Amino acid sequence: MAQAATASAGHGEIDEHHWTSTGLDTRKLAIWGFIGSECLFFASLIATYLVYRGKSLVGPLPHTESQCMMHGKMQACEAIFEIPLVTFGTAVLLFSSLFVVLALYGAQKGDRKMLITWLSATVLCGLFFVGMQVYEFYHFFHKGLGYSTNLFSSTFYTLTGFHGSHVTLGVIWLSTMLVLALRGKLPPEKALNLELAALYWHFVDVVWIVIFPVVYLMR
Amino acid sequence: MSAHATHGHGDDHGHSHPTPRTYLGVGVILFALTALEVLAYEVGHRPTWPLHGMVEPIVVPILLILSAFKFFLVAAFYMHLKQDSKLFSNLFVWPIVLAIALAMALVVLFNYWVKETY
Repeated sequence: MAQAATASAGHGEIDEHHWTSTGLDTRKLAIWGFIGSECLFFASLIATYLVYRGKSLVGPLPHTESQCMMHGKMQACEAIFEIPLVTFGTAVLLFSSLFVVLALYGAQKGDRKMLITWLSATVLCGLFFVGMQVYEFYHFFHKGLGYSTNLFSSTFYTLTGFHGSHVTLGVIWLSTMLVLALRGKLPPEKALNLELAALYWHFVDVVWIVIFPVVYLMR
Repeated sequence: MSAHATHGHGDDHGHSHPTPRTYLGVGVILFALTALEVLAYEVGHRPTWPLHGMVEPIVVPILLILSAFKFFLVAAFYMHLKQDSKLFSNLFVWPIVLAIALAMALVVLFNYWVKETY
């Protein structure tokens, strides 16, 4: 910290990195510490989902037909998950991780075109994923699955909702990076700013890598 | 990262980051693994499909292994843990170990020790 914003000897430029006694940047250490804490946060949500899995007394249920309360009376409800849509969303999120490392590569090499192209693609993928989740929630709600309908709905909406809010924050963060890049304010020496956002984005991706099979594919 | 290297403070221990070609290769593998996950799910839950009898009992382990592999690929290559300081790996790996222990403890407690108390 003490070395923050000090002039680099012999270079005549401002060193904006926040070095620690380990030689590592404090901001990068901080984001990794934050990601570590987020692992425990999502683990508790996933564990809660698993604990209550298969214990719902009424439908709608994720994979099987069930009896559920619709319009004030009990009736048969179909399985609620749409695996093809979520698989597509998962693929889009995975591609966004690829796109953001390509954008970071462009930022580090000073290739502005590469940076802007791939960062725009990442933001678009993120927006698509959020849109998919909004559509899914809307669709589920209209099939009778409210937040407090059953144990499945409460744990499902909490887990995927928190993940979705993380994706939304990631999209906002990456969008600010895109604006900086468009204004020419993301030169190679400031590529770490994008790297921090990219680390957060990859974390959001790896959380989904766990959620997708555990929630959607395991019956 | 680049600034680290420039100033000699590097936290990547002299290793260069992967090239776009590597990133693309990892992306293709991730996509293929996701396709395998969905295939395992479909085969495991459709009695009329070939190999159903063989895959059905091991669908969950298959999904967990594929998901763990995808997790590893993203962390190692896209998050640069393979090249970066070991301290970053420790900041990520140990919370994951703790997270898995936490999840397993909760599932065991609620499914085997707590009997329908809610």
